Amino acid sequence: MDSMEMNDLLLDLLHVPGLSGREDPVLRYLQEIWEPMVDELRVSPLGSLEGVVRGNAPQPRPKILFAAHMDAIGLMVTGYQGDFLRVTSVGGVDPRVLPGGIVTVHGEEDLPGVIDQLPKALLPDSAPKDSVEFKYLIVDLGLKEAELKDMVQIGDLVSFQQPPLMMGDNLIAGPALDNRASVAAITIMLTSLQTRDPAWDVWVVATSQEEENMSGALTSAYTLQPDLAVAVDVTFASAPGTPDHKSYPMGEEIPLGWGPSVHPGLYRAFEEAAEEEDISVNREPLPMRSGTDADVLQISAAGVPTMVLSIPLRYMHTPVEMVHKEDIRAVAKLSQALIDRLDANFLSTLEWEE
Amino acid sequence: MSTDNQFDLSLIETLSNLSGVSGAESAVRERVMKEIKPFADEIQVDPLGNLLVACRGEESGPRMKVMVAAHMDEVGFMLTAEDDDGCYRFAKVGGISEKYLTGKSVWVGKEQVPGVIGLTPIHLTEKKDRKSFVPLKKLRIDVGAGSADRVQVGDRAVFATPLKQVGDSLIGKAFDDRLGVAILIELIKRAPKQIDLLAAFTVQEEIGLRGAHVAAYKLNPDCSIVLDTTPARDFPVWEEGVENAFYNTRLGKGAAVYTADSGTISDPRLVQYLLRVGEEEDLSFQFRQPGGGRTDAAAIHRQRSGIPSVSISVPTRYLHSPVSLVRLEDYQATLNFVEAALKNMSSDILGALGT
Repeated sequence: MDSMEMNDLLLDLLHVPGLSGREDPVLRYLQEIWEPMVDELRVSPLGSLEGVVRGNAPQPRPKILFAAHMDAIGLMVTGYQGDFLRVTSVGGVDPRVLPGGIVTVHGEEDLPGVIDQLPKALLPDSAPKDSVEFKYLIVDLGLKEAELKDMVQIGDLVSFQQPPLMMGDNLIAGPALDNRASVAAITIMLTSLQTRDPAWDVWVVATSQEEENMSGALTSAYTLQPDLAVAVDVTFASAPGTPDHKSYPMGEEIPLGWGPSVHPGLYRAFEEAAEEEDISVNREPLPMRSGTDADVLQISAAGVPTMVLSIPLRYMHTPVEMVHKEDIRAVAKLSQALIDRLDANFLSTLEWEE
Repeated sequence: MSTDNQFDLSLIETLSNLSGVSGAESAVRERVMKEIKPFADEIQVDPLGNLLVACRGEESGPRMKVMVAAHMDEVGFMLTAEDDDGCYRFAKVGGISEKYLTGKSVWVGKEQVPGVIGLTPIHLTEKKDRKSFVPLKKLRIDVGAGSADRVQVGDRAVFATPLKQVGDSLIGKAFDDRLGVAILIELIKRAPKQIDLLAAFTVQEEIGLRGAHVAAYKLNPDCSIVLDTTPARDFPVWEEGVENAFYNTRLGKGAAVYTADSGTISDPRLVQYLLRVGEEEDLSFQFRQPGGGRTDAAAIHRQRSGIPSVSISVPTRYLHSPVSLVRLEDYQATLNFVEAALKNMSSDILGALGT
């Protein structure tokens, strides 16, 4: 995939909505993109998209699963107040990013609106003087009450409207790069698979509901019963306001997850593949659960060896998340490199040895 | 939306999308110049960058000189120091609450290079950290390392909010005071015949009305009308059953006429005159609640020996934020109201005070 195609893919992925539990628009978009590149494509009962590129090894052929969640964080309508809507969060949203933002309310049609906190003079004395709380936020669609109730229902979802920003040649900013950046990475991997002849079956899954409960990944892993599973997600990039010791530079190295959610043998296989392919990597300590789909992939059925690949991302869970496009490419390349090294004996050599 | 707008919507869009932070109004000035040139009798740019335009009346004899002012500048930022990796410290230019900064995108410099103001990921903060706004000194404008050669310390930045129509409303940035600027351009294009219209597109309003101060001296008018925007805080009160007595103005209620704000006591003869015009012509207008806030009138009315002044604003929600919201009908009403006021204006409305 050349850089123009990659830009288009990223821009498309940032423009289509798809909040946790309501992934339909991004699901439909990916169905169209993946369809010509896979041998079979299906949608799980919980709305994950599952595609497979068949391998050439004899049956029972082993399977590897690459999961990237396609759902995004956002807001949900909880009620009306006069000409305004009240909202709560879907996924982890720091309300301090909201006042003065533009949002899209997915009502009868997509409706742009302004979100702000009520002026102090209209709030009770107990309201915070210099912060933001969800309960004091209003969304203004510029509509009158009657019209508003026609167009918007309680439970309707609300996305950040921030359009994607191309920042120089390498950086892109916008909402939902967590985790559309990873969806782009596994899509790029799919394009490179087209000219390969893998031994294993390679399943790619765009999972639903990660930001709320990871139910998409859990259930797809049950259905597909992979022998190996890789969660591709974002991690913290070094940035103003982010401690250096908890973050990774953009555009330099791919953090490889290391901890209880990661099978050490699979980790080493990735590390070796990276070294042979000259891809810079670094170890990302994940001391407890990883906070990614790997946590549920790992405990599917009788247990699955799992791995976490990360794309460093600035300002996570804000409307202005930022990633480096080379990191997306590197994750795709590393994933392909691992697939190239999977043979009939791979599983027999895999041991949990830290 | 209503299709009978008697104004140029694309003009509002163009003006709103331009960057023009106080002290860097050139792009707006150039655009205004282009619009008004064919209609103006005299044009000058003064030492601060005010654009002063005279449209002389056609009647002979001494004509009333009416100054109408609208400020070109908007609130925004200046990059003050460079960190690593495309990140810059910045200062506010004009009044912007900290609550509006995090998680927003900006346009930096004349080229409008995209940048963002991020926030520590929620995963890395504790609940108590989120109880207050992030202080300015901890925030950065991030243009990305690859764009660092396209911006420099001293560049201005504005919120990156392209204008958009939403139903009967517009949302966008810098409505304060590009709406006033757009109205003033429309007025020049249909200038009244019986007076000298002295239009002042002022600079540096947001940092202390500095442009208007010298513009009023230079123009030396008989009276002035200031066109601006004023907050519409017609929101619900959190506590049920309590009436919002703090609305300032309401959307859909038309042009907002000032009787007093914290900088100016409007000239009573002008207020009465406006009231009469509004009632006689059945125009949509409302009184802005007296209270805080200032307009260029605060500088103009005390220039020279004193200049009777009044302000008229377009009611607008969410001013001095990344995105404001205005009703098309209120913009139209304000344009109609000021146009009617100018058309009927004559020196006798300023009969001596105290008689």
